[in-house]
Amino acid sequence: MSTVLNLFVAAVLAGTPLLFGTVGEIMNEKVGHLNLGVEGMMSIGACAGFMVGYQTDNVVLALLAAFAAGVAAALIYAVLTITFMADQNVTGLTLTIFGVGLANFIGEYMLNHSATQSLKLPEHISAQIANLHIPVLSDIPVLGKLLFSYNIFVYIGIVTAVICWYYLQKTKTGLNVRAVGENPGAADAAGIRVIRAKYINVLIGGGICGIGGAYSAMIICGGVWISNCVNGLGWISVALVIFASWSPVKAIYGSLAFGCFSVLKYYVPKSIISIPNAFYDMLPFVITALVLVISSVRQSKENNQPASCGTNYFREER
Amino acid sequence: MEASKKTGREPLLRTVKRAELSRKKTMILRAASVLLALLAGGIFLLIIGFNPFTVYQTIISGAFRSEMAVQATIRIMIPLLISSLGVTMAFKMRFWNIGAEGQIIMGAIFATYFALYQNAMPHVLLLIIMFIFSVIGGGLFGLIPAFFKAKFNTNETLFTLMLNYIALNVIVYLRDGPWKDPASSGFPKIARFDLNAQLDSVLGVQAGWIIALLLTAIVYIYLKYTKQGYEISVVGDSHATAKYAGIPVKRMMLRTMFLSGAICGIAGMVQATGSDMTLATSVAGGVGFTAIIVAWLARLNPAAIVIVSFLFSILEKGSSVMQSTYGLSSYSADVLQGIILFFVLGCEFFVRYKFVGRKGGAGK
Amino acid sequence: MAQEKKDTYAIECKGIRKTFGSVVANNNVDLDVKYGEILALLGENGSGKTTLMNMLSGIYHPDAGTIRIGGQEVSINSPTDAIGLGIGMIHQHFKLVDVHSAMDNIVLGTKEKRIRPKELKAKIEEISSKFGLEVDPEKKIYNMSVSEKQTVEILKVLYRGASILILDEPTAVLTPQETEKLFAILRRMKEQGCAIVIITHKLNEVLAISDRVEILRKGESIGTVDTKDIDEKKLTELMVGRPVTLEIDRPERKADAVPEIVIRNLNVERPDGTPGLTNVNFELMEGEILGVAGIAGSGQKELCEAITGLTEIKEGSIVHREEELVGMTFKDIRSRGIRISFVPEDRLGMGLVASMGMVDNVLLKHYQDQQGIFIDRKTPRKMAEKMVKELGILTPSVDTPVRMLSGGNVQKVLLGREIIAEPNVLLTAYPVRGLDINSSYTVYDLLNEQKKKGVAVLLVGEDLDVLLSISDRILVLCHGEVSGIVDARKTTKEEVGLLMTGVKGTKEEKEESTDGSK
Repeated sequence: MSTVLNLFVAAVLAGTPLLFGTVGEIMNEKVGHLNLGVEGMMSIGACAGFMVGYQTDNVVLALLAAFAAGVAAALIYAVLTITFMADQNVTGLTLTIFGVGLANFIGEYMLNHSATQSLKLPEHISAQIANLHIPVLSDIPVLGKLLFSYNIFVYIGIVTAVICWYYLQKTKTGLNVRAVGENPGAADAAGIRVIRAKYINVLIGGGICGIGGAYSAMIICGGVWISNCVNGLGWISVALVIFASWSPVKAIYGSLAFGCFSVLKYYVPKSIISIPNAFYDMLPFVITALVLVISSVRQSKENNQPASCGTNYFREER
Repeated sequence: MEASKKTGREPLLRTVKRAELSRKKTMILRAASVLLALLAGGIFLLIIGFNPFTVYQTIISGAFRSEMAVQATIRIMIPLLISSLGVTMAFKMRFWNIGAEGQIIMGAIFATYFALYQNAMPHVLLLIIMFIFSVIGGGLFGLIPAFFKAKFNTNETLFTLMLNYIALNVIVYLRDGPWKDPASSGFPKIARFDLNAQLDSVLGVQAGWIIALLLTAIVYIYLKYTKQGYEISVVGDSHATAKYAGIPVKRMMLRTMFLSGAICGIAGMVQATGSDMTLATSVAGGVGFTAIIVAWLARLNPAAIVIVSFLFSILEKGSSVMQSTYGLSSYSADVLQGIILFFVLGCEFFVRYKFVGRKGGAGK
Repeated sequence: MAQEKKDTYAIECKGIRKTFGSVVANNNVDLDVKYGEILALLGENGSGKTTLMNMLSGIYHPDAGTIRIGGQEVSINSPTDAIGLGIGMIHQHFKLVDVHSAMDNIVLGTKEKRIRPKELKAKIEEISSKFGLEVDPEKKIYNMSVSEKQTVEILKVLYRGASILILDEPTAVLTPQETEKLFAILRRMKEQGCAIVIITHKLNEVLAISDRVEILRKGESIGTVDTKDIDEKKLTELMVGRPVTLEIDRPERKADAVPEIVIRNLNVERPDGTPGLTNVNFELMEGEILGVAGIAGSGQKELCEAITGLTEIKEGSIVHREEELVGMTFKDIRSRGIRISFVPEDRLGMGLVASMGMVDNVLLKHYQDQQGIFIDRKTPRKMAEKMVKELGILTPSVDTPVRMLSGGNVQKVLLGREIIAEPNVLLTAYPVRGLDINSSYTVYDLLNEQKKKGVAVLLVGEDLDVLLSISDRILVLCHGEVSGIVDARKTTKEEVGLLMTGVKGTKEEKEESTDGSK
């Protein structure tokens, strides 16, 4: 029982950066932009969040910095694909190369200029991002651990996902946004400001990805700066979007499941099932591939990738 | 409902499609974008406290300063060139093969099996067999997404992306398990290839460069002058047209993706047996992604791919020299690469569109 | 209130100019419309009608000229501006979000807060009954027929309280009866004081619905005339710029013609598993033109693709002079010397390779007959050059990508390539769609020429007037079934129209249409 409980907790912790990345990418794809730059935006967010946290010892500033950096990275993508109508795949890939490179570059620069040749978050902020202990609630047996014992990011992530879901599915603006992703021409003719909607969503999505990056730098890496700290989480997030069938709420379950896959190897006793670790690490990708195939076999019209994804919009196209 | 002033202000700039530019003007525009990119890169270098001229100069001299440097540059170029040719095959058909990374790895794995466990046969025969199996390995791995695309119209961009990570973990599995070098204490790794299984050098560089150049010529001729190459272009333009002309689109897709994966697989074999002399998890090391960018920049033209991949290799080799001489992080190469690409991507806009000022002042 | 607005101008355009790259789409165009008036905007395909209207709806922005709405000069920079000015446009290719419901599409982009579905439905209901429209607000667009989609588009405009309505070729996809219904709605809107512009190139409709006609030719305005003072002949003259006979030639067919193709009990499924063709039976005779009429999507595409072997056949037989084609592959058919040529509806997306020049497009039909693995472009080049000469194709060179050619020339390339293959059977789908009158007549002549040579010609069309005057017989499709085959020399438009909706059809047609999911 306690193994299962521990696995769940570990899965939540491992799944949270994926949740941010996935929700961020959903925001992009809902306006028709397949952004393969998640890994890059997360890296830049990771770097900004960590460095600001390291310098200021203030978690709020760190979070804001991560968000702002994610927005800035997304802005490059947005300007190129929305205004300059550049190829989305190539721009996204480039953003990943650029973002990972920039984060590592700054990280290395800071390392070289630090006295100890290592960067560790100061105590105050470390305490702030440690797992919470809420009086009374956290002490409830089982439930306390299950629900009320995580670090602040986890709750922010879930709230973000729910807000995004509400925004996309339940508000008038959300309806407009979805129309932009499905058929920008129709949305435009209906009087929706397509370009503005695209910018807003791509930028917000980038900011959310940035926070996810900060999570990997500050929590997963244990408060120490490590190069390549995002380490493929961004790519898994792109995959998770499919798994979550473009719904931010389903992204919560999805990231929990993927978080579970990624920590499973530590919880399955080797004496019972002995599978090489590599296969555990492969699992999320195999499952996503399967989901892709299954969803393509089903061919449903709804719960699918927004129709205009991957193509840029030009009003005067004839 | 009287017509009030409900209209928004006329924007300062609006985007307008322009008449098709001539080839020459397009080339000038692209060259200008690269210059602009170097300028922006220079500003980046200035900010981090380097003189851009020294840096650019060092990068170029770093790539060419000695025979050894040139050889190292070429060694970087070989897998990049080959895998760019590989993805070009798929891209010509508008099949978004983002899975070069995985196909490179699979080619390398298949070849490595023979290098490690069947290496008693004559040298040339061994290399030929390794070559053939790298083709099979990469090709089969390319075939998987093509199969699902043909059968269920499964999104190939995301599917091939997943396969990259699956392939990477296959190496990890082999390294930690069945293929682990018994001689290595400490970190698990795969044993160094027997001399018999190593690719020979020609003119001081592993023979992969000959393979790369031959492949360039073959791919060029294949795409331009053969029936199959013509069919690929038709499919790339429109599946409906291809079907209309009686081209078996699905079979074509499978065939082309096998070839695309196979060529990437060759890149993996050449890297493992020519440069690394072992199978490392870094055998692809992002080359598969860079190849996509190279192919795109070269407009899927094999001759241009040679040039672009050469330029990329200079940048990479040169920045490693920057690191050793000036302590400038090698990651700066990625940043520079990113900046340059952003500019080139942005410039493509001006080939097809232009901005027009308010009231059409700048029109005409 | 409607009364006092009458006789004031809703739209006044002066000196409008718009270019796309090097193409001048509109030059010095003037146009005005009053409230309570229906203006027909008449012009050939490519004369710039849609471009002009797109400038009023904010899709394009004019390079020069002024626009006044309700007497005030305005600058329309976006569809939002146009909607704010009370302008609503119904585009030829509907601007609807497929996966959304009718009501979501109707409120899309409006400024008001999201209201409860119940209230919204009531509101839509109210507008619908006022103008005599029918629609299920919860139905998803992808489940709708063309005329239902058009209704949603009209509701979208009315919901926004538009007083100026622009319709781009609204009748192209409707049956004569549906057209009548649409006109009734438009007349009602006119009585309510709306200004209506209807883009069309069908002369009889111009005369039936409009108060005045504005004529465009080659992007310039030719003039405005009152509908009551004009007839079809004069309109055509104005539109084309010279006197033309509207008569389409119809050569007599051979008396002792034998069937070229016999189709029995043909059943075809669409890719999504729904029936595309059901129990189709007919003969296509040598030396005749068999017209095919029907609402868009009634099985025309499936029929052509079944005969050419492009689609799988579930059941039935297609016999070409004693030889069963069902079960043969594309290659088998060719190797038997059966030459079936096909001019598909989607010229650049299916018939031609848009990014390639004429040479490579001619090659498309011949490369499989060439020996070896390499391609020979010499013969196709000669053929392409011959086509340029004989059909008067305007192209900078035979290597210029065909997508850069004008619509008429694209069709000449496609039709020319199919005819040069000397077919026994020629299938053409909407061969004159989007062409100007000159090009259209070239196409009719080419088809008649083939007919005289003894080729069996199948002509899928949308303009019933054309079908009635060029075909020998007309086969009418309705929901994938043949609802009738009539003698084109004797039948009437009304009869064909009724057959199209299956009124005189053999079976009850309700179920299989589009009532799918909710």
